[in-house]
Amino acid sequence: MDAEMYQEGRSIHQVEFIDGHSVEIPILKILKQDGSIYANADLPEIDQELATKIYKTLAFHRVLDERMVASQRQGRLSFYMTALGEEAASVGSAAALDDKDMIMAQYREQGALMFRGFRLEQFMNQMFSNELDLGKGRQMPIHYGSQELNYMTISSPLGTQIPQAAGYAYGQKLKGNQTCTICYFGEGAASEGDFHAGLNMAAVHKAPVIFFCRNNGYAISTPSSQQYMGNGIASRGVGYGIKTIRVDGNDILAVLKATQAARKHAIENDAPVVIEAMSYRLGAHSTSDDPSGYRTKEEEAKYAEHDPILRMKNWMIAQKWWDEEQETAIFERLREDVLAAVKVAEVIDKPTLESMFDDVYDVPTPQLNEQLADLKEHIKKYPDAYPVTAGRLK
Amino acid sequence: MAKMNLLQAINNALEIAMHENDSAVCFGEDVGHFGGVFRATSNLQEKFGKNRCFNTPLTEQGIMGFANGLAAQGSVPIAEIQFADYIFPAFDQIVNESAKFRYRSGNEFNVGNLTIRTPYGGGIAGGLYHSQSPEAYFAHTPGLKIVVPRNPYQAKGLLLAAIRDKNPVIFFEPKKLYRASTGEVPEEDYQLPLGKAEVVKAGTDITLLGWGAQMETLEKAADMAQEKGVSCELIDLRSILPWDVETVAASVRKTGRLLINHEAPLTGGFAGEIAATIQDKCFLNLESPISRVCGLDTPFPLAQEKEYMPDELKTFEAIMASINY
Repeated sequence: MDAEMYQEGRSIHQVEFIDGHSVEIPILKILKQDGSIYANADLPEIDQELATKIYKTLAFHRVLDERMVASQRQGRLSFYMTALGEEAASVGSAAALDDKDMIMAQYREQGALMFRGFRLEQFMNQMFSNELDLGKGRQMPIHYGSQELNYMTISSPLGTQIPQAAGYAYGQKLKGNQTCTICYFGEGAASEGDFHAGLNMAAVHKAPVIFFCRNNGYAISTPSSQQYMGNGIASRGVGYGIKTIRVDGNDILAVLKATQAARKHAIENDAPVVIEAMSYRLGAHSTSDDPSGYRTKEEEAKYAEHDPILRMKNWMIAQKWWDEEQETAIFERLREDVLAAVKVAEVIDKPTLESMFDDVYDVPTPQLNEQLADLKEHIKKYPDAYPVTAGRLK
Repeated sequence: MAKMNLLQAINNALEIAMHENDSAVCFGEDVGHFGGVFRATSNLQEKFGKNRCFNTPLTEQGIMGFANGLAAQGSVPIAEIQFADYIFPAFDQIVNESAKFRYRSGNEFNVGNLTIRTPYGGGIAGGLYHSQSPEAYFAHTPGLKIVVPRNPYQAKGLLLAAIRDKNPVIFFEPKKLYRASTGEVPEEDYQLPLGKAEVVKAGTDITLLGWGAQMETLEKAADMAQEKGVSCELIDLRSILPWDVETVAASVRKTGRLLINHEAPLTGGFAGEIAATIQDKCFLNLESPISRVCGLDTPFPLAQEKEYMPDELKTFEAIMASINY
């Protein structure tokens, strides 16, 4: 027997329920909105170089989101998702990792990918599903992925990456190469069965994985008050026997500090960690969503005061690591760069017809070959009806 | 050569696979020290350690999610779902994740190392939830391979091929045959091809097509028909996805008749797909309508299991009806 089958607890002889809200969970805060540090706060490991890289990533994030929403409104792009107001959660956590650590994200963590060094044109090629997209134009915009950067390709079904992260991290442990996996998801996805399966598998099999929940208050229109009744997502980590911490998700230093500590624990002890980052989704769920139908401008304005990028800027200026001149210059340059990149990516050819049949299997089946041949004949007969591929048929 | 039953052949294949590759890992419910409820993974934990052969919590979606992640990482997961009837909580992980992993990432990532083993089928008084044959659900999913062995020799060779194949494979094991089917099996390593049917017995009057445990049924029916002077060609499809159209079509061009037998319910069963394809490829060769002898469109019964099964008598009747059409 590996463990005690029956653990003796304190005996009671009258009915005494444990209250569902009795788990008290503190929240780690290091940086105040004005850029000052809380008294006695433990600072993360950070120097000017790392701080500047993080801040430039945040700036890129904000500008890309802003410009791509505008491009979608202009009809140039089919779909986009911003992470407005919660950029610090993904960027701050990614900054705590080693480049060899695997990132398995949900879909609103482009900040982590930016921090890893995914280039502007790579973002664009994916969003415009052109033939230079690493994903070969097969998924909707924002479903990025890069083997080179250890960023697992995004999949739309919610929460599926959670048990996968447990398995990926278990494989890392077997290899013994001192790396871990970080797995991002929202508080809504944490209602999926895969969340419970994944946390339990990771805990039981001692996988070095950081489960990073971005609790941004909304799942499309559903507020977190209608998503769960317990004390956030963090209380569940405790239930699965996993070390757990809640942080202010708009506090870049708190996110960085917690993730640095989580990574150390995961790798040194072969164990999962849960981080719940509290934030607010200032933007719409996606460009297909309109939040005015389910929340007020007043509510949004209240949370806008907690802007994580402004908070970091205030700190950077107080550190004398940044100034207003640099601020103006970087935002101006980024806006120009993004606009120019859109113009390039949107006119690059779409993938060929043949490529649609690649990667279903390692080698196409006879059925796929037959279907490709039939389809080619059909398109040759009616080329005007299939303008994307007709001109480039082999 | 050694005499093995189907379970021993599977256990032997798993041992070879785990021996050749340090990153091959077997897991599932009760798979560890206990060796699985049918004992397919017996002694593997003792031989390869608790990190490489272990019990999981009771969570099929967790098992498959974990397996997908492990395969994406580069390990070789061989996951067991205790009964195919319990695979459905993992349906999303298999259909939306395993099957599409390579495609959706443009081959940046893949789970080609993944093998899912699961016992299927009736004949053990298992009722609704220990008897189902769910291959057709998965056959509708590009990106998966589906394999079903009919005897110990086939099981070992096909399982080794499935484990080494660079695509996710669901390996359905006919649990009725686990101990009932025995035969000579080479002790050394060998593989049998995926996606390739096998002509088990040559014949001239009608083609009988099946897979897994139903191959025994077809053999019995063929013997009965032989006594009536009807020569049956017997084909084991072996792979449901992708399936070997050419071997089946070549046989039907010769015999002019086709009967397909499977345990799963008739409506929406894989026999429908085969029939549609073969009438397209062999329309002018057909002497009679393609016949399907399948499970009924009821849930799998318990007390009337014998009545439900597409047995040799039903198959024999259908052969004669086809011949006399």
